[in-house]
Amino acid sequence: MGANRCAVVGVGQTNHTSVRADVSIAGLVREAVDRALEAAGMTLADIDAIVIGKAPDMLEGVMMPELWLTDALAASGKPVFRVHTAGSVGGSTAIVAAQHVMSGVHKRVLTVAFEKQSDGNAMWALSVPTPFGVPVHAGAGGYFSPIIRSYMRRSGAPAHIGAMVAVKDRTNACKNPYAHLHEPDWTLEKALETPMLWDPVRFIETCPSSDGAAALVMVSEDVADTMNVPKAWVHSTAMRSEPTMFAGRNQVSPRAGELCAEDLYRKAGITNPLEEIDVCEVYVPFSWFEPMWLENLGFAPRDHGWRFVEDGVTEMTGKLPFNPSGGVLSTNPIGASGMIRFGEAAMQVMGLAGEHQIDGARKAMGHAYGGGSQFFAMWIVGADKN
Amino acid sequence: MSEKTGDKPLRVRMPIGIDYKWCAGPASTDYLTGLKDGRLFGRRCPVCELVYFPPRNGVCARDGVMLGESVEVGPKGTISTFCIVNVPFLGQTIKLPYVAATIILDGAHLGFSHLIQECEASEVRMGMRVEPVWRDKAEWDYSLENILYFKPSGEPDAPFDDYERHL
Repeated sequence: MGANRCAVVGVGQTNHTSVRADVSIAGLVREAVDRALEAAGMTLADIDAIVIGKAPDMLEGVMMPELWLTDALAASGKPVFRVHTAGSVGGSTAIVAAQHVMSGVHKRVLTVAFEKQSDGNAMWALSVPTPFGVPVHAGAGGYFSPIIRSYMRRSGAPAHIGAMVAVKDRTNACKNPYAHLHEPDWTLEKALETPMLWDPVRFIETCPSSDGAAALVMVSEDVADTMNVPKAWVHSTAMRSEPTMFAGRNQVSPRAGELCAEDLYRKAGITNPLEEIDVCEVYVPFSWFEPMWLENLGFAPRDHGWRFVEDGVTEMTGKLPFNPSGGVLSTNPIGASGMIRFGEAAMQVMGLAGEHQIDGARKAMGHAYGGGSQFFAMWIVGADKN
Repeated sequence: MSEKTGDKPLRVRMPIGIDYKWCAGPASTDYLTGLKDGRLFGRRCPVCELVYFPPRNGVCARDGVMLGESVEVGPKGTISTFCIVNVPFLGQTIKLPYVAATIILDGAHLGFSHLIQECEASEVRMGMRVEPVWRDKAEWDYSLENILYFKPSGEPDAPFDDYERHL
């Protein structure tokens, strides 16, 4: 990549849940940080710089929380960098932290992302009136459901595909102690009986609202080589963005996502992603985005993503497991969700994913998207340095 | 609404609000001024020749150029896609369930969201032709809310090919 190597040496996350009334935002963030540092065998005193991210401040109503959180992160006298890219922020924050290391400027960087949804009202914050439109959207579900309808029509996908993805993710989540929802008894039949919230999106096809935080410790190669802990080497990172609205925009498979994936694979030396990547943690807040992203990321041909789902390709036992952690569909502290994807990808190649470990995972993808499917952040991490 | 349960930390309810002024810029000024007169104005990109309604930012993001001439569009249009909303949320003013549709006005090439009424939610479909129902003229302001909702126009549905590129 023309850059210095960077390794993830510690992944930490909270036990995600709907209401963490026992802690403030500062306490929530610190919990994830302490777990990441413990995994790395480090303390806050070892850290050179801190990169922090969360989704829009309006979600909790705390403006610029990074300033307040410097105390909780023992960041006085150190560089603190805040990243904003809506729902993709957990991913792009991890990328900015990795770049702090890859640039050679810092050797030991801590990154953390969070959302405490119970402190605010995300649905309200995402449905504010604008001077040029009418307030008919009902949160993120109201925004994405027409795009899902477009995908269904364009691809000819049968109506049960979304429920299949949901049952898979909720079942996987039962193997992940940090996941918000632990619901072992879903069947496809029961899933299809859940009510339509934002028709064509059913209740089970929708992510929960979660309180949670995630943190990663990343270090330079010379530091990593002295450490006796599992490591995930950052093989490549990529980010792309595009406007929410422009004439002729492909909202089902945004060009920015396709370009981001192409750039990611090129930098990682990957020519056949389906064959070369062992496991993916992909941002799927509404289950139908799994087949949509299978196509956008170049794993499946256009209009064929749903066939991969139907054939079990993305099951934990399939050729390309998607979200063995249970994914965003089982845990959604919005700002942290991207970093959880990146951290879970790292845990897979570090061999630390416990019951949801994919055997032999050597190369993994972390993915996040945000806004109106317009901000993309992705990385490839591997068990090997290259 | 503040909560103190047992020895748990206190949770205090603190509502916040924001009032702001928005400078519309030239393209949105045309658009909003048109709405005040009950007319629908978009703008055409001089490169791709596609018409933006609303012409929100005054630029075509495909071509990276300022939008050009003002173009009157609609008032009829086609539903390209839609959502049936069954979820109550804070600040909501519309009775559930309702249809929030993406509508592409005749002569325009960009969808915008609006309500569909005067038919059952289950009757709404992609390609359905619709027309606006306006408020009383005395209530018109610089707002798309001058249109109360769209209703079926009764014309035959538009073929999928007509709007597929706008999905």
